[in-house]
Amino acid sequence: MIKNIYNLGDAALYCDFGNTVNKETNLKVINYFNDIRKKNITGIKNIAPSYNKLIIYFDLELTNYKKIKDTVENLDISTFEETKTKVVKIPVCFDDEFALDLERVEKRAGLVKKEIVNQLISQKYFCYMTGFIAGMPFLGDIKEKIRLDRLETPRVKVPKGSVGITEQFCNIYTFESPGGWNIVGNSPKKVFTKDPNKLTLIDPGDEVEFFEISKKEYSKFNEQK
Amino acid sequence: MSKNSFKVLRPGINTTFQDLGRDNLYHVGLPFSGAIDKRNFLIANSLVTNREDDAVLEFAYQGPLLEFYGSQISIAITGNVNFKIIKKDTSEIKGECYRTYNLDNKDCLDIISTEKSVYGYLSVKGGFEINKFCNSYSTTVRAEVGPNDGKKIEIGQTIILNAVDSAIEKSLEYLNSKIEFIRVIKGTNFDYFSENSIKDFTSKDFIVSKLTDRMGMRLSGPKIKNLKKTNIKSEGLGKGVIQVPADGDPIVMLSDHGTIGGYPKIAVVISADYDKLAQCPPGEKIKFKIVNLTEAENLYKIYTMETKNIINKIR
Repeated sequence: MIKNIYNLGDAALYCDFGNTVNKETNLKVINYFNDIRKKNITGIKNIAPSYNKLIIYFDLELTNYKKIKDTVENLDISTFEETKTKVVKIPVCFDDEFALDLERVEKRAGLVKKEIVNQLISQKYFCYMTGFIAGMPFLGDIKEKIRLDRLETPRVKVPKGSVGITEQFCNIYTFESPGGWNIVGNSPKKVFTKDPNKLTLIDPGDEVEFFEISKKEYSKFNEQK
Repeated sequence: MSKNSFKVLRPGINTTFQDLGRDNLYHVGLPFSGAIDKRNFLIANSLVTNREDDAVLEFAYQGPLLEFYGSQISIAITGNVNFKIIKKDTSEIKGECYRTYNLDNKDCLDIISTEKSVYGYLSVKGGFEINKFCNSYSTTVRAEVGPNDGKKIEIGQTIILNAVDSAIEKSLEYLNSKIEFIRVIKGTNFDYFSENSIKDFTSKDFIVSKLTDRMGMRLSGPKIKNLKKTNIKSEGLGKGVIQVPADGDPIVMLSDHGTIGGYPKIAVVISADYDKLAQCPPGEKIKFKIVNLTEAENLYKIYTMETKNIINKIR
């Protein structure tokens, strides 16, 4: 049962799962998301899961806030299926050409490049949510040693494929975009596939592992396929 | 016989295929997209007797210059648009919105500009020969999805039209009206802002800045002061959500918005007023007024009824 449901404008439900960002809260959000999607509730047009919120958009011509709120509040969640997740391996090249903010990270963390890369590739990450731009995964949690704030002045254009870190999270810029994360590498892998049956390689709840590739491997990556 | 087509002699500033939008993909980071001005989109399709979910070409500020090749077709333009038809013999017809025109082989359609507004729509009887992506003809340029490889219309390209049997003549008496206020509902972080700022937000003019496109509209005016925190945990956004970043200038999310954001939400534009807000060009002054949920729901009922009535008046 979701306790805190408010309206976001006149055509959306804003479900609040609490203030903390952790895997447990987020898994609740993802479970609700999957469950509501499966139920195909009349009038629901779109659902946006995030760290600790679930926003449900509905068609104001077919239904309204009160009706959808009643339905969502009374969902039986005791039958949650274990959400099927997978491990996705993502190649990343940490060459200086791509690691635009490496110096900044080195200074803040007091580590050299090799150590930073090792910290980043030595564990699996949990995908909390995808979005902002199509397919961008918000992954966490990175090792405490390499956590740092966003750039003071965000970049107007972060190159496509950039791998960034900020606070306890890391991400992949699936398209060129403005952004303020610290860029440490770049992945040649197409995370947003545009295949209508499987739009993105990484879904919320999945695990992601980075592995290091050389610049040579990077430039050959797309030829191999 | 070859298919009817347009040759693009000038693409215009931001010309894309759009329809009612693409549902159910927020969770992968794709916004609804779709025609920004839903009412003018629906009228455009109705004028040429298309289905309401057929694709149209949406343009902003300056529209395309198109040369037609083929056997006679019917088109209509909606919005507040200055355009002309240049016949093959170089005679010119000044265009009027909200009525159909028939184009013959080698006629040119010159969509010069939108007047005191941003978006206009071109519909063609029978529609365009394009494919849906995830159940929609809408183009989301930033994610490179939708018809035309997810791109804006480009100079020199050919736009293929679906075959139709006969031309038609339809028209409608209609004028786009302005409203005094853009009505909003309090946002989920409404209490983050100072009392004075709330007063400013609901009483003073805001000006639409040049930093405005299909993704969002930046406003300038009195700075909105945040008393609590200028960042929240990133969460979902929607059409019409007004975020206030640390600099105090509000940003309204429009149809191609980023799906996740971390600035506090002061308010949300009601569904009934979204078209009118999005049609405000840079430099235009707007005023916000707070309404409650019931009022917003009733205003939307009126809005949809009005749209239906307008469409029913097409003769």
